[in-house]
Amino acid sequence: MRHGSYRFVASFLALPLALYAIFVISPFVQAFYYSLTDWTGISPKFEFVGLENFQTLARDAVFRQALGHNVILLIGVPLFTIFLALVFAYLLNVGGKANSAGVQGVRGNGFYKLAFFLPQVLSVPVIAVIWSVVMTSTDTGLLNSVTNKLGLGTSQYLASPKIALYCVMWVLIWGSVGFYLVLFNAAMSGIPKDIFEAAIIDGAGRFATFSRITLPLLWDTIQTAWVYLAILALDAYALVAVMTAGPGGPDNSTQVMGLQIADNGFQYGRAGYASAMGVVLFFLTLLIAAVMLRATRRDRIEY
Amino acid sequence: MTTPNNLSRRLFLQRAAVGTLMAAGGSTLAACASGGSEDDAGSGGGGAEKTNENPFGVKEADPLDVVIFKGGYGDDYAKAHEELYKKKFPAAEIKHAGITDITPQLQPRFNGGNPPDVIDNSGASLLPMSTLASTGQLADLTELFDAPSIDDPNKKVRDTVEPITLEAAMLEGKPLVLDYVLTVYALWYNKKLFAEKGWQPAKTWTEFLALCEEIKKAGIAPLAHQGKHPYYIGQILLDMAVKHGGQEVIKAIDSLEPNAWKHPSIKLAAEALLELKGKGYMMQGTEGLDHIQSQTAWNQGKAAFIPSGSWLENEQKPVAPKDFETTATFTPLLDGAKLPVDCTEISAGENFIVPSKAKNRAGGLEYLRIMLSKEAAGKFTEMTGSPTVVKGAAEGKKLSPGAASASALLTSGGTNNWVTYFATWYSTMDKPIRNVYGELAAARVTADEFCNRAQKVADDTAKDPKTKKQTRS
Repeated sequence: MRHGSYRFVASFLALPLALYAIFVISPFVQAFYYSLTDWTGISPKFEFVGLENFQTLARDAVFRQALGHNVILLIGVPLFTIFLALVFAYLLNVGGKANSAGVQGVRGNGFYKLAFFLPQVLSVPVIAVIWSVVMTSTDTGLLNSVTNKLGLGTSQYLASPKIALYCVMWVLIWGSVGFYLVLFNAAMSGIPKDIFEAAIIDGAGRFATFSRITLPLLWDTIQTAWVYLAILALDAYALVAVMTAGPGGPDNSTQVMGLQIADNGFQYGRAGYASAMGVVLFFLTLLIAAVMLRATRRDRIEY
Repeated sequence: MTTPNNLSRRLFLQRAAVGTLMAAGGSTLAACASGGSEDDAGSGGGGAEKTNENPFGVKEADPLDVVIFKGGYGDDYAKAHEELYKKKFPAAEIKHAGITDITPQLQPRFNGGNPPDVIDNSGASLLPMSTLASTGQLADLTELFDAPSIDDPNKKVRDTVEPITLEAAMLEGKPLVLDYVLTVYALWYNKKLFAEKGWQPAKTWTEFLALCEEIKKAGIAPLAHQGKHPYYIGQILLDMAVKHGGQEVIKAIDSLEPNAWKHPSIKLAAEALLELKGKGYMMQGTEGLDHIQSQTAWNQGKAAFIPSGSWLENEQKPVAPKDFETTATFTPLLDGAKLPVDCTEISAGENFIVPSKAKNRAGGLEYLRIMLSKEAAGKFTEMTGSPTVVKGAAEGKKLSPGAASASALLTSGGTNNWVTYFATWYSTMDKPIRNVYGELAAARVTADEFCNRAQKVADDTAKDPKTKKQTRS
């Protein structure tokens, strides 16, 4: 680099780095520190208690329950979201008629893209409120009256401890599919159409083109999506806080770690303990992301 | 593909960091400075000559910083109170804030050592009272209660308020909070509907069941409750239990006594709720409704009774039909009850506090003294329809049907009216107990399981070394 260009580069980076340091790094460091104290959250005075918070945490049954629910989300949300987004993106791109004019997407694919992407424009609480109205527990609720008419019976949805978590999971998936559909769609349109055409000429069916061509060529994008969705599944706080009874209920059936952190930090006056939970969540997120990237690593295909 | 692998990895690290931060909530952000200076900020105001008219020696020119929870009661009443303060200290500049997110806004100010002078610490995101008290953040109100009252300088403030005020003020053995609003908890019904159908609120359990059957036959659900917030149905449970077993039942629970939740009266009341659910007297699906949905269904005549506090009428004003007569009644008596039927749970609510580190602590105390005058309390009742803890302040005021029936219940109950404190005293116990109420109301547990699970929550709270155990006399 020529002399002086460092200063030039630094001048561009200074502001974002400073913001990052103040609003991301510094709270992190503070949270690590508070996790070793008995800070209540509303007092300037607190004591250093060493690892006591972490010892308590290891015995905390509700936190363990919350962790379990996050694991269920961690498996379900990326799996279903990526599956649905891939299927839809594939249909939009190459699902239409294949003929001499080449491969096309289904008719009206612009409209579908818009429809799927719409949830992404709504804020999370809006989505949460819409869906809790849709899934109202009374027989006259929106979804219940439809399923009842169709002869499928009714459900208590969020009021039933057996399925409340899956209702939340569904909303998470519904809210995410659109974004990943657009992401996969963009990646797919980056794949040269002649590859598909060559495959079709060779007699490959839809499933074969999907599994042998699309999927391998999209691997990097899917990998990124997987990690993002895993982080989303480890959070899920906002949906749970707005949608569920309690929140976190009924009977702790939708407790997630984020909610436990908020409860302990703000309601129970145990910010030090909540910070310890935050630290655990931090390492868990790092670990899971690292494992996922390792486990899904493939050789890159150049085209 | 254009994204090289290492770039996406860096991106993920950043995302991971941001994601965790968001999951960790604002706690880390809001806590940027937990350590303000530990020395008291200033003198806490005062310093002027202490007289009967100015018992705390407020300096006339000292500014006053007031933060009010702007919930069901709004904050217009506080503006009226501030005018009264201003009349007395014309040179004082009053800063008024009517907000709902108390904790996010005030947490940094407490941590920084510059809290407001008066706070109405209420609503869903109130600062935990027990924590404020145990960390010495609250000014002792003994001075206030011993000061001469505004209406009659020969009477101390403590003699002009309902006795519940002094009891409710106690945290950590000291009076630290002024609970200003008197709330009456009850079963609520539409008197107009009941008059049309010829129904009467029932006094005994047998009568109540018969009434429910009749209501059900008329195509109306006898009882709705705010299932998403199981606290409301818990109110009915405890009311029936206390009336059956006497005040000792709730005193034992509040004092975290062993087996307090296994008292036969609690079990009997739990069985009563299960019977209501089992006979189909609870509105279908009410377990999943929040307070707005369930109360609106009640307003629409889909349910006959609903539990709530005396704020209900005000809260439902926007959706209630014009001719709806919100009326409070008592819960029915279980067989063998010790207390009469016409008493109920009451509470003194809206936590008015003066921080110990307030810059104008004297002004804050004076503000509370002004609030406890008949003029200020009368204004509150007029503007909100709710009674205050000031004796006789609502006399001669015209009350709505809801407020009038709640006042009648308050009067008929007299000294039998009961109060409970465990939910405020032990902040970690409140939510888990509500959880168990919810399971009971949905009939997913038996009465015995309910008692055991509730007792387990209480035992865990009692065992927790961080719990400051309190006892009731």
